[in-house]
Amino acid sequence: MPEIEIPEITASYYLILAALLFTIGAVGLLLRRNTLVMFMCIELMLNAANLTFVTFAKELDDIGGQVIVFFTLVVAAAEVAVGLAIIVAIFRRRPDVTADDINLLKG
Amino acid sequence: MSTTDLLELSWIIPALPAAGAVILLLFGKRIGEPKSGWLATIVMTLAFLASAATLGALYSLDEDKRQVVGDGFTWMEAGGLKVDFRFLVDPLSVTMILFITGVGALIHLYAIGYMHGDPRFSRFFAYMNLFAASMLVLVLGSNYLVTFMGWEGVGLCSYLLISFWFERNSAAVAGKKAFITNRVGDVGFMIAMFLIFSKFGSLDYFGDRGVLHEAGLLPNVTATAIALLLFVGAIGKSAQLPLHFWLPDAMEGPTPVSALIHAATMVTAGVFLMVRSAAFLEVSADAGMIVAWVGAATALFAATVAVRQNDIKRVLAYSTISQLGYMFLGVGIGAYEAAIFLMIAHAFFKALLFLGSGSVIHGMHGEQNMRLMGGLKKWMPVTAGTFIVGWLAIAGVFPFAGFWSKDEILAKAWFNDSYALWAVGTFTALLTAFYMTRQVWLVFYGPERRRDAGIHEPHESPPTMTAPLFALAFLSIVGGIMNLPFGKQNLEVLTEWLAPVTEAARRAPELGGLEAGHAIHPTSFVAGLILSLIALTVAIVGILVGRAVYKKGLTDEGNDPTEVRIGGFAKVLANAYYIDAALAWVVGRPATIFARFLSDGVDRRGIDGAVNGVGVLFQHAGGGLRRLQTGLVRNYALGIVIGTVALLAYVLVRTT
Repeated sequence: MPEIEIPEITASYYLILAALLFTIGAVGLLLRRNTLVMFMCIELMLNAANLTFVTFAKELDDIGGQVIVFFTLVVAAAEVAVGLAIIVAIFRRRPDVTADDINLLKG
Repeated sequence: MSTTDLLELSWIIPALPAAGAVILLLFGKRIGEPKSGWLATIVMTLAFLASAATLGALYSLDEDKRQVVGDGFTWMEAGGLKVDFRFLVDPLSVTMILFITGVGALIHLYAIGYMHGDPRFSRFFAYMNLFAASMLVLVLGSNYLVTFMGWEGVGLCSYLLISFWFERNSAAVAGKKAFITNRVGDVGFMIAMFLIFSKFGSLDYFGDRGVLHEAGLLPNVTATAIALLLFVGAIGKSAQLPLHFWLPDAMEGPTPVSALIHAATMVTAGVFLMVRSAAFLEVSADAGMIVAWVGAATALFAATVAVRQNDIKRVLAYSTISQLGYMFLGVGIGAYEAAIFLMIAHAFFKALLFLGSGSVIHGMHGEQNMRLMGGLKKWMPVTAGTFIVGWLAIAGVFPFAGFWSKDEILAKAWFNDSYALWAVGTFTALLTAFYMTRQVWLVFYGPERRRDAGIHEPHESPPTMTAPLFALAFLSIVGGIMNLPFGKQNLEVLTEWLAPVTEAARRAPELGGLEAGHAIHPTSFVAGLILSLIALTVAIVGILVGRAVYKKGLTDEGNDPTEVRIGGFAKVLANAYYIDAALAWVVGRPATIFARFLSDGVDRRGIDGAVNGVGVLFQHAGGGLRRLQTGLVRNYALGIVIGTVALLAYVLVRTT
């Protein structure tokens, strides 16, 4: 059985993963038009941030980072509640939820 | 109560019409027509009775004590300036208040009939009473400032009454013209007051700090300046050249206003002011000559213009300017008594003529053009009869008031060795007789021309209008007995009555070591008689020529016979030598251009432009920024991302 050299998983891996997730979320937010998908992208970005917090919490041996993650989760939950409500409301009035069709606040 | 105490109550005289004005302004609508007119007439009559009582009281005093300053209060006190609000009763002011209230009461009575049916009937009488009150303050004031207050008050009332029918644009414009022209003169009056105060530290006429006593102490130049500046004020108020042009336009006012303000009283305020300030004129002979020549020039100028006017009231307006010129001629040569004499006589016959013309206008249903009149004697016998009395009086026919008063001024000019002034005055008398004859013939005699214009039958005016005509006609006939030129028989009543005032003025130069002035006396009785005969001849020649020319009214082609004879010059006269037009061009046009520049260039483009420019700037900026707000969520998200990246880049660049 060939020995697979497993490199030591350092903080950098987590951070790069978090950065990748964040970028995917951000690009998805900018490129997709379905509000529901955009919403999911935001969640992705939030969790990327969470991952970064946790990484640093472990690396720096500081519990503060993990505490902030809990806060973030709470805020994210609240945000989901409000955001989904908005999306449902839009669904009721329009046939779809394409973000580009909704420009009532155009100046 | 002694006589002096009684005279100190002189404030009651102007207070009566002032109270009438206040009552009518507050409750005029409720009092209504014709009661408000009667109320105004009654307060004027009461003021006249009070004036008559004042005359009696003053007459009972010794001649050298006939100068009583009444009760009052300190009006203003600032530094060296202390001005009392007090009234001065002396022969001059009593003479003035007598004819102001007397003629004023008659004209108020007349106006009850004339203003019948006017929607602002009571307002009219409120203004008339206010005018009378101001005029009485003017003549009774014991210092220059109180006089000036009355002076401005009559100016205001004149404005209000000229523009009384302000729905007519011409009336509104004429009111403004009169008011503004008077302001020009008032500046002269004010500067004169400043000068008097800076020299004497007081504005009182007489008393402890009286300036008229001390006028002789002034250097000749200062006295000349004061006298001429006061004269500038008088020019404005009395419509002399070159500020005469407002008076003909002032005829836009109701006819009683023309009679009271623009013939009998207000316009004579300038003459009164000069007589009151005679001490300055006595000190400065130059000023006197200028006053006399301006007066003579105005008299001649206005008389020539009157020849070619077609509006019945404008003829009388120019005639008034001309007669005022005579008065200033008299004042200028030092014949103050003669000037006051003509002022009173003129108040009688010119008020009569104006009220007569008002009666004609009333009877002709508002028509004022003499070319459309003629033959009215048949329809309006009373008006015609009284108007003819006024005509003979102003023309200077023996024994009417105008004969004595005008002759006196001309004779004084001759005996003062001012032969040129006498010649101008005599020629003006010829023109006066001519243009008044023209008016009488065009209006009352000759063929009736009204039918061509489709005017209904004229009618005679009601008794409230004809009664004052009778009274004034009577005064115009007998007015001459005030001052018959027979000094030896003590018949110069007015001259002797005014002597305390005029002699004090003539003695003024003595204080400065100069020779006192002296009243002008005829060199001989025969010379005076010859001058009277010349004046009478001139008047009769003028009348005969006028009658010969206008016997048939207008020419067959409907032209004015004079116009046909003098050709192109007639147009110059009809336009009053184009002075109005020239002034409009020289003063009015640059002022209009400048005003347009200010309103258009400075205000609209400069100030408004700056304010609006700021608004437009923000509007455009907002319009540009508005486009950022697309309403698309993804655009905002992109903004946030770009912002975040930029922030990150900044942090990175800074840390490395």
